[in-house]
Amino acid sequence: MNELRGVYIIWYRDLLRFWRDRIRLFTAFIQPLFFLIIFGTGLSSSMALVSQQSEDYDYIQFMFPGVIAMIVLFTAIMWGISIVWDREFGFLKEVLVAPVSRVSVAIGKALGGATIATIQGTMMLVFAPIAGVNLSMTQVIPLLILMFIIAVSLTSMGILVASRVKTMESFQIVMQLLLFPLLFISPALFPVDQLPAWLGWMVRVNPVSYAVDSLRQVVLSHTEGGYPATLELFGHNMSVAEDALVILLFGVIMVTLAVRSFGRQE
Amino acid sequence: MNNSIIEVEHLVKKFGDLVAVDDINFHVEKGEAFGFLGPNGAGKTTTISILCTLLKPTSGTVTLNGFNVQRQAHQARRSLGLVFQDPSLDIRLTALQNLKFHAHIYGIPRRVCNSRIEDVLKMVQLWDRRNDDVKNFSGGMRRRLEIARGLLHYPQVLFLDEPTLGLDPQTRFHIWDYVLELKHRENITIFLTTHYMDEANIADRIAIIDNGKIVALDTPQALKNMVGGDIITLKTDDNHTAREEIITLFGIEAKQDRDGISFETANGEEFIPKLTHDLNTNVISIGLRRPTLDDVFLKVTGHEMREENGGEAVDKRIWTMRQAGGRAGRFH
Repeated sequence: MNELRGVYIIWYRDLLRFWRDRIRLFTAFIQPLFFLIIFGTGLSSSMALVSQQSEDYDYIQFMFPGVIAMIVLFTAIMWGISIVWDREFGFLKEVLVAPVSRVSVAIGKALGGATIATIQGTMMLVFAPIAGVNLSMTQVIPLLILMFIIAVSLTSMGILVASRVKTMESFQIVMQLLLFPLLFISPALFPVDQLPAWLGWMVRVNPVSYAVDSLRQVVLSHTEGGYPATLELFGHNMSVAEDALVILLFGVIMVTLAVRSFGRQE
Repeated sequence: MNNSIIEVEHLVKKFGDLVAVDDINFHVEKGEAFGFLGPNGAGKTTTISILCTLLKPTSGTVTLNGFNVQRQAHQARRSLGLVFQDPSLDIRLTALQNLKFHAHIYGIPRRVCNSRIEDVLKMVQLWDRRNDDVKNFSGGMRRRLEIARGLLHYPQVLFLDEPTLGLDPQTRFHIWDYVLELKHRENITIFLTTHYMDEANIADRIAIIDNGKIVALDTPQALKNMVGGDIITLKTDDNHTAREEIITLFGIEAKQDRDGISFETANGEEFIPKLTHDLNTNVISIGLRRPTLDDVFLKVTGHEMREENGGEAVDKRIWTMRQAGGRAGRFH
């Protein structure tokens, strides 16, 4: 019971800080619009290829779920910095000396970061009409669930790094090194079915690929014929449920590693 | 033995080659105020960190409220409250939000939560500022808030690591007053570290720590008795000759430093007229004082407690204030 209350208050504090930070709230709302305009108008002309793939959707509709994944990825994984921040300002000591287990602390942090990342992703959904995407309730609910499990696994990855890396600078460097491959070796902004074999394998190893694929399948399901399942694993085209399963599996591994690593620090 | 709330046996902590804590042993009784006195870098904070489960010892055992701090860290943590030397507040939240966080994470029953928060905030005089962000608080206000937070869950043992560092005398006085009242009312054991002498005086027993070792452990009075009577300080026209005269005339081991001569003697008041009568050197001034913990420290370690004298003036001021307020007896 006390452990649950510990998880709750750590989660609550993260949300409270997010809510009280007006600048962050503002950027949370503006950023998606920004991405849509830049990527949408900038890339769509050079991505004629995608538009040729199907008559049912154009590039902006194609990359819209990719941008959702990108925002969730950035927010979730960077959330680990709040731990580095707390360590630097001493607040982490207050948490570590409290009578709740490190497991609860790490889980509270993972849920806090995941909730915020999901909120950011949801903001993006508001702009769906601009991208020419019409979403029904039967799409929004699966999207929310998918975003949340993606966010939990990626936040845990951030916590894993934060529990090992002690300074703000090195955390940022490690994160840059992780973020860009995760984003660009995924189907987020371009189709991956035409890639050379070696790169194709890297795409399949990247958990973010399954995140993007599942979101895209749901978002484009309203188009005539829907979005064809293109992410292939062992000669099998992944369905939304199977994608979700891969993310969940990755999430369980990340949460376990994060909790263990967080628990070991002095 | 049964009444000990903290038991430390052969505690050692090494950081690489540096031995920060060197085989120390002590027990703290339930309901006692126990002081750790020593200069910066003596090993006070390291010891407190081990006692609070934040640091693992190199060897030795520590038991807190019956729980081994290494194997049963979780249970031990429930029994302790901690006011850190370094700030540990979330400065982006309000005072109230900081305390609510603490109340939840320590599992304080919800029905007493708000009244306790109100109590501690009023105690440190921050009730009016409860909805202000901590980042707008001064150093003293932050410290007061941390002390309020440390007391919020009514711990069995309250650890205070230099809790009044950088505070004005009035606030320091107020905080110690409340801590002692709380100790009395709730039978809380207090473990404090300080390098302010007057603060160490509130302890029932004091361990003097130097270079990672406990060099003396007793009640403040017993420690002062070790010094052996009153301390007389003397300024004369020729300190060097005067010192030799004192040694030959009275057989007393007098010390000479740049301020003059100082020595210890029993019944100082009766000794002064004798001294001025017998001494041939012209005396400029004579001072008499009771031994302080500074003298004790000098006696057992052979060196001064602090090189810099920054805290001294404050110490004297607060001391006078206390005596004027008629509380001296209680703090002695």
